[in-house]
Amino acid sequence: MVVWKKLKVAVRESENNLYKQSFDIEGGNFTNAGTVSTRIKSILKEKGLPDTVVRRSAIVCYEAEINIVSYAKKGVISLTVTPETVEIEAIDEGQGIPNIELAMQPGYSTANQQIREMGFGAGMGLHNINTYADIFDITSEVNKGTRLKMIIKKH
Amino acid sequence: MKLSEVQAILNAEVIVGQEKMDMEVKTAFGADLMSDVLAFAKAGSLLLTGLTNTQVIRIANVLDIAAIILVRGKKPPAETLSLARDLQIPILTTKYILFETAGRLYVKGIVGCLEKVESGSARI
Repeated sequence: MVVWKKLKVAVRESENNLYKQSFDIEGGNFTNAGTVSTRIKSILKEKGLPDTVVRRSAIVCYEAEINIVSYAKKGVISLTVTPETVEIEAIDEGQGIPNIELAMQPGYSTANQQIREMGFGAGMGLHNINTYADIFDITSEVNKGTRLKMIIKKH
Repeated sequence: MKLSEVQAILNAEVIVGQEKMDMEVKTAFGADLMSDVLAFAKAGSLLLTGLTNTQVIRIANVLDIAAIILVRGKKPPAETLSLARDLQIPILTTKYILFETAGRLYVKGIVGCLEKVESGSARI
């Protein structure tokens, strides 16, 4: 039964030409930070997507991943590839963002010393995501977490 | 110019990627602030930096950076080296400071991957 169910899912996904995968991110783990973005980049490359689509997806994914590592307890990054788009969703359990408009401004940052010593925390992350994603949606709740949805059009 | 010429101009030591010295490069970006590298550096450019943590390699991978030039004689720690080997990103190290490194490459024809920042960030 289980095998049959899995098979059905696989067939349905291939019919829709849909690819989906989720990755767990551990907050505070700067050693592993970026591994998911590297992995997602190689998946997209293997799919033969145009270099600029691969690169833009990797950039927004990396920014989101660094944000989770820097500011959240844990999070999940999900990759969905549709015939028209690459969609990356980052959901975390963390401190949240009290003022999204302020956080989007280039140069605004609440990063601590550890994050800054790594070369981050210049307040460019969300602004950069907004630059590279075709569609960027952000929702956040203080002391609960943040959800980023980023869509890159293939064409 | 070829990476081997970059190496000669900077009297640099090749730490990773000896086999990629024939790669052609035309542009560069220099910064120690990784946030700015992510916002402004372009694919195929050299990255001049004094930072040596693993995130430099991750970012080089994400952005399709051609090679990393470590300035001020910086040597990368073991974990940075092994990640660079895994992701096949060349690392060179030069004793010149960032300003001198950039200047020496510029007079030989390497230019910035962008000239100036007009609106906060520059999309590829």
